[in-house]
Amino acid sequence: MSAVTSDLPETRSSSAEKVRGSLARRHAAERRFKAIGMLAVILGLSFVAILFATVLRKGVPAFWQTTVTLPVHFDPAVVKVPPMPAPQAGQSPAAYQEELTAWRTMLAGANWGRLIENALLAELPPEAASRRRDVQRLVTSSERFRLRDMVERDPGIIGQTVTVTLLADANVDIWMKGNVDRSLSDAQLALNPEQRRYVDTLNEKGLMQQSFATALFLNVDSRASPASAGLAGAFVGSLFMMLIVIVLSVPIGVAAAIYLEEFAPKNRLTDLIEININNLAAVPSIVFGLLGAAVFINWIGLPLSAPLVGGLVLTLMTLPTIIITTRATLRAIPPSIRSAAVGLGASRVQTVAHHVLPLALPGILTGTIIGVAQALGETAPLLLIGMSAFVASVPATPLDQSTALPVQIYLWQGNELRNFFEGRTSAAIIVLLSLMIALNALAIFLRRRFERRW
Amino acid sequence: MFDASAFMQGRSGTDAAGAVHAQPVTEPNITARDVSVFYGQKRALHSVSLNIPGKAVTAFIGPSGCGKSTFLRCFNRMNDTIEGARVEGTIMIDGSDIYDPNLDVVELRARVGMVFQKPNPFPKSIYENVAYGPRIHGLTRSRADMDGIVEGSLRRAGLWEEVKDRLSESGTGLSGGQQQRLCIARAIAVGPDVILMDEPCSALDPIATAKIEELMDELRRNFTIVIVTHSMQQAARVSQRTAFFHLGNLVEEGPTEQIFTTPSDRRTQDYITGRFG
Repeated sequence: MSAVTSDLPETRSSSAEKVRGSLARRHAAERRFKAIGMLAVILGLSFVAILFATVLRKGVPAFWQTTVTLPVHFDPAVVKVPPMPAPQAGQSPAAYQEELTAWRTMLAGANWGRLIENALLAELPPEAASRRRDVQRLVTSSERFRLRDMVERDPGIIGQTVTVTLLADANVDIWMKGNVDRSLSDAQLALNPEQRRYVDTLNEKGLMQQSFATALFLNVDSRASPASAGLAGAFVGSLFMMLIVIVLSVPIGVAAAIYLEEFAPKNRLTDLIEININNLAAVPSIVFGLLGAAVFINWIGLPLSAPLVGGLVLTLMTLPTIIITTRATLRAIPPSIRSAAVGLGASRVQTVAHHVLPLALPGILTGTIIGVAQALGETAPLLLIGMSAFVASVPATPLDQSTALPVQIYLWQGNELRNFFEGRTSAAIIVLLSLMIALNALAIFLRRRFERRW
Repeated sequence: MFDASAFMQGRSGTDAAGAVHAQPVTEPNITARDVSVFYGQKRALHSVSLNIPGKAVTAFIGPSGCGKSTFLRCFNRMNDTIEGARVEGTIMIDGSDIYDPNLDVVELRARVGMVFQKPNPFPKSIYENVAYGPRIHGLTRSRADMDGIVEGSLRRAGLWEEVKDRLSESGTGLSGGQQQRLCIARAIAVGPDVILMDEPCSALDPIATAKIEELMDELRRNFTIVIVTHSMQQAARVSQRTAFFHLGNLVEEGPTEQIFTTPSDRRTQDYITGRFG
């Protein structure tokens, strides 16, 4: 005893010295670690900032598009369409419908392009009359159908002059926005010198303006008339897929997670299932696309390019995410709550339904929304089930051909009219990112709203 | 050497202590015969046989890991919920074998309530905490009946006066001691015969502990109470019978006073005098 006591002061002073000696080293290590951590954060944030800056710089101008506002004379000599048939006494509804369809067909055959040309020529110098082809290409080709639709809605406007705002051609838009180097040679420019002069003339007359690009949201994709290409078809396709993903993957995923976590015995089989679910989450998404093509299209015979198939494939991809997050949430519920319920005589199903699930709900919601957001941005598997096809219609049902938002971005990104579609692509990216941010914000909101403390 | 009176002074009133001896020993309410519990390969309890009298408090004491909680959890088959746990032997409560394969464990747990070490109210309102048990067992038909059960249970748990104006507030907002009494009210609401308490005061301060102990003294008129405790003073204060466990064996059991004054086993004496534990 006494030996130890006498040793003590000396030991103490030497150990204090050692502690002091190691302090500088330890503090330095801490500073180094903090610096590396901060550097990593700054690096990550700057990448995000660069990404957003690029996308916004290119995409935001694409939300405005060049238009020409012109008085269009609906010349009966050009349109040459009889007045809209009115139902006559004694005529059956079927017969009237037939007559109406015949009238509409006649409308579609009218030379609407000529009306636009005439309206443009009225504003241009007289010599332009000999270059009708060049003039016609100043306005995007799909605007002819706008005029037709106007007449179909109100046949009374034939013979009248109406001021119409028409979408300019994509090349005119590029020229007006300065997205092309004006000093290039004629051979390298899409617009010939006359067209360029006409555009400048119209602009000087104050007929051209930048209007909000409603076409981007309301129209489907278009190749013949790039200026009117929009996201409507892709948006509805993505919407159908997300609905299918939510309807299928949430019940299946949550039920599977509850079974595995709360009911299944812990044995080799459930261990194997757990490992496989974790592995599934790491399977490259393109493999899921191959699986979907093989199973849903070749074997079951579902149609190609259908949002239903896309939804099923994305469901398979989302399931592991939902199962894993739900299980993690269930595991985080304090066991004391389960003991309390079981101790009162609640059955296992009652324990889960009355106590565990309500507490796990915010976590499950978060996992689900993040899984769905991931599925929303998934592209690779959709390419393999034919959703990268050019589809110029809005799908009415999940079985119709369709494309999806990320696939539309991919398609536009590869379009040969680069100067125009670069902006369109970035605009579509902004739309997709906004949806993702909205979904994630919803996840955060729901988690805050339903979170209960104990 | 060992002064038993130091322990006995802590009792919640000498009258209560006196009453224990005046009371005739009732028929055993719980009879355990050769109960062994295994967790996987590990044997946690070695052939324990014990009679637990009705309408009295029986305390299980012993050092950590001695099997007292394990034994307690046999009485409402909570061990069933632990993966790999296996129980051998027989336990009869009021003459029926609770490990009978035909017995529904839900019904058993309605008869044998449990209060846990850490207060674990549901993150629901105070009212819902108490009403949950009666509701899942279908004990009431009308809202008024339920109100009656909730009030009665909270009154018996000595909590009514403190919470009657805020029944709709969360049960988790109460203080630790109140939460534990809420858990007791929740257990009482189902109308059990037996209440198991697994170290109910270990997470509470002395004042809250005193309230729970008073409550136990009150409750034993109507319920058979089995309590696991680490505090020997608490066992001495609240229980009429005490069982001492060590390394998975029941070393000794008997009237509390006898265990604390004249223990027959050397290990019991060492434990209650603080030589180990």
